Amino acid sequence: MNMKEVKQKDRTLCFHCGEQCLDESLRYDEKDFCCPGCMLVYEVLNENGLSSYYEYGEKPGIKNDNNNKSANRFDYLEEPEVIQKLIDFQNEKETHISFDIPAIHCASCVWLLENLHRLNSNIFESRVDYVKKEVHIKFVHNALSLKELVRLLAKIGYEPSIQLDALEEKPKRRIDRKLIYKLAVAGFCFGNMMFFSLPEYFSEVSLLEENFRGLFVQLNLALSLPVIFYSATDYYRSAWYSLSSGRVNMDVPIVMGIISLFVYSLYEVIELGESGYFDSIGGLLFFLLIGKYFQQKTYDRLAFDRDYKSYFPLAVTRLGNKGEEVVSLPKIKVGDTLKIRHGELIPADSLLLEGEARIDYSFVTGEEVPVFVKKGSLIYAGGRQQAGALLLNVQKAPSQGYLTDLWNQDSFQLGKPKELESLANAISGKFTLVVLMVAFGALAFWIQTDVSVAVKTFTSVLIVACPCALAMSTPFTLGNTLRVFGNRKFYLKNSHVVEQLAKADTYIFDKTGTLTDPAAATVNYIGFCLDEENKSVIKGMVQHSMHALSSRINVWLGEIKPAYVEGIGELPGKGIEAIYNGKIVRIGSAKWLGIGNIRTKDFGNRIYISFDGEVKGYFHIQSGLRKGVERSMDQLKDMGQVHLLSGDQDHDRENLQKVFGAAVEMNFNQSPKEKLQYIKSLNDRGNKTVMVGDGLNDAGALQESRVGIAVTSQSTHFSPASDAIMDADVIGQLPQFIALAKESRNVIKASFVLSFLYNIVGISLAVQGLLSPVICAILMPLSSISVVVFTTVMINYLAMRKGSKNNYSWK
Amino acid sequence: MEVIFILIGVSLVLASSFLFLFFRAMKKGQFDDTYTPSVRILFDSHKNKKTVKPKPSPKTK
Repeated sequence: MNMKEVKQKDRTLCFHCGEQCLDESLRYDEKDFCCPGCMLVYEVLNENGLSSYYEYGEKPGIKNDNNNKSANRFDYLEEPEVIQKLIDFQNEKETHISFDIPAIHCASCVWLLENLHRLNSNIFESRVDYVKKEVHIKFVHNALSLKELVRLLAKIGYEPSIQLDALEEKPKRRIDRKLIYKLAVAGFCFGNMMFFSLPEYFSEVSLLEENFRGLFVQLNLALSLPVIFYSATDYYRSAWYSLSSGRVNMDVPIVMGIISLFVYSLYEVIELGESGYFDSIGGLLFFLLIGKYFQQKTYDRLAFDRDYKSYFPLAVTRLGNKGEEVVSLPKIKVGDTLKIRHGELIPADSLLLEGEARIDYSFVTGEEVPVFVKKGSLIYAGGRQQAGALLLNVQKAPSQGYLTDLWNQDSFQLGKPKELESLANAISGKFTLVVLMVAFGALAFWIQTDVSVAVKTFTSVLIVACPCALAMSTPFTLGNTLRVFGNRKFYLKNSHVVEQLAKADTYIFDKTGTLTDPAAATVNYIGFCLDEENKSVIKGMVQHSMHALSSRINVWLGEIKPAYVEGIGELPGKGIEAIYNGKIVRIGSAKWLGIGNIRTKDFGNRIYISFDGEVKGYFHIQSGLRKGVERSMDQLKDMGQVHLLSGDQDHDRENLQKVFGAAVEMNFNQSPKEKLQYIKSLNDRGNKTVMVGDGLNDAGALQESRVGIAVTSQSTHFSPASDAIMDADVIGQLPQFIALAKESRNVIKASFVLSFLYNIVGISLAVQGLLSPVICAILMPLSSISVVVFTTVMINYLAMRKGSKNNYSWK
Repeated sequence: MEVIFILIGVSLVLASSFLFLFFRAMKKGQFDDTYTPSVRILFDSHKNKKTVKPKPSPKTK
């Protein structure tokens, strides 16, 4: 990589986007530009005195390849209906709107976008949120329309991405601030209550005058009220829901403890004139809420719940009676004629009427090489046109296509099953039962001698046994694991996924784009010299094939003019046949060409070429497995079953079987729906499935599996709905991630043991009626803090050990 | 010793005003984006004469 950069230094680099100027560079204002688009942006910025744009970032500019996009592609932004759904606020004078701008990548971007008012005086404020890649703009809508605003942004290289799902009922993005408010209140009250309780801890009460003591107790009581009636409300609600559905979750014993602590403290203060345990209530909720907050690690930039609507265009050009019109996607009907331009996504399964179709299906399959489609053939939704304009005839409505049909399946309607209990909830039922038994046992024992002692021990047991340490071990362990994963570019949707990952025993992989990197494949030609004519014949044949290997050869041939061949036929599993100048040309497997089975030692495919039955040579295509995949497959086989689900034909089967071993079950030719069904049948057999996939064709399988992991080369780029998003570079570390998830379960169990020890000490003191405020004040925070420290240290230690053992650079 | 009554009052008022200020900052969204301001502060104030002073918005979000 470095070598390359050094070499490029003496070539001309574009002043705007920093890319190498390929053809002759354009010169303007004594600076070089690679394309008219970049020069235009520079001109605009320069005219408006915004050239300090180039001072804040190293390569601020975005290569402006909008030239061949149509001028009227923003026309749908004139529809009042669309405008209403996009804007945040509007009065008679001004409009406020937020845009997602994926191109934001450096300080210069922030600077330019916040200086939009200098480009157009009708914009009077723009604020960038760098982390979320958003810009909030306020503008005068009488003088500047929304369409013009978007066009201005697109012109300077920051085209907002406006997606179809934004047009549907948009749930206002609300940050969960409530939890932070509750935490702040609990912290405030707890801190102050500690001050007022200090004399109690050290038995200095006698030194104080009686009226001070009374005041302190009353202040504590007053301060505990916001904690009980505001900060703790989530726990009451959760406990109530769980009880009313006939289960006992972790929050039930917590609520039991809070209520008994509060009621008993009230009784002590009012009846006995003692001080109660209000500070303990405050501390308890403060720590619990910290744990809850800690667990809520979110990745703002990642979207885990995208469906096809997030990727499809908002509006398309339709050819109607009145000529071209831009309509929003849901209005497209079967039989409409659509015009698709370069770089646009095919919104619905349609027939090609006119134009040169080179479709990039990388959204769907992960395969990046464009496929040529003949006139009259079907083009599937989700492909992106890479050549000139096309005319299409819609065959299926956008929501009914080959791909989008997946979203009508049950697993998308029902969501993931909720009955999967977390470890803590499974334990808490038994725990609550034991505590109640001990409490009633103590009550029964003491009631024979002294009723007041009996009541006191009964409540003390409930108070001490309050499982705050127990309740904290789970959020802190999972929260830490989540962070460790995040640092290693493995992002989980929430902490619940860690527990699911820990239980996994069946691993299913997609092939193309997940295990293999299509861009890394290498092609070699071995045999008699290929002249230009033969090359153009081969090009003429392979460019029409959707087969992955044909695409490879097509790319290898480069920009050769394809020759005209007759009678092209593709025989599945064999190859392509055509007639050129009266000769039969075949490209395909050795067996088909009549030279028998040829066994190769290396991992790769051989595609033979014959002219009139005479074999000329072969292409050797080495599929590019991602780094570390082989070893991780070996490790996963020790941890459970490994399956492979591929949408491709099985030309890679033998090679893959050789690399991964016979234990890996392989399935090829799987449609998106079949993938989903396959996972479903595994689930029905009781397997705990982890699906690893990338394209939209895996979306169903990702949804159906217990844990769906989407692999992507750019985490902000594209990923179907999933439970976790993984950077493609770290796929080799998957066994380590799963092992750490399993270890985190052990850490939770270990910290349960720890907190049980505290509970045993506390309860044994309580049943003897020995519980004093000092012990209570020490035991409660101590148990909580030690559990927090234990889980944090353990997870980080385990992660480090796993990392060093396998020689990865775990920072 | 009576001064303690006053001190307790003062400390409570002080602490709750901090709590109030925190709530207000939270509501205004000061904690929503903790990165961009660190970039923004490094920008030079523009000397360009063409600059239009941003008009204050009657309603802030």
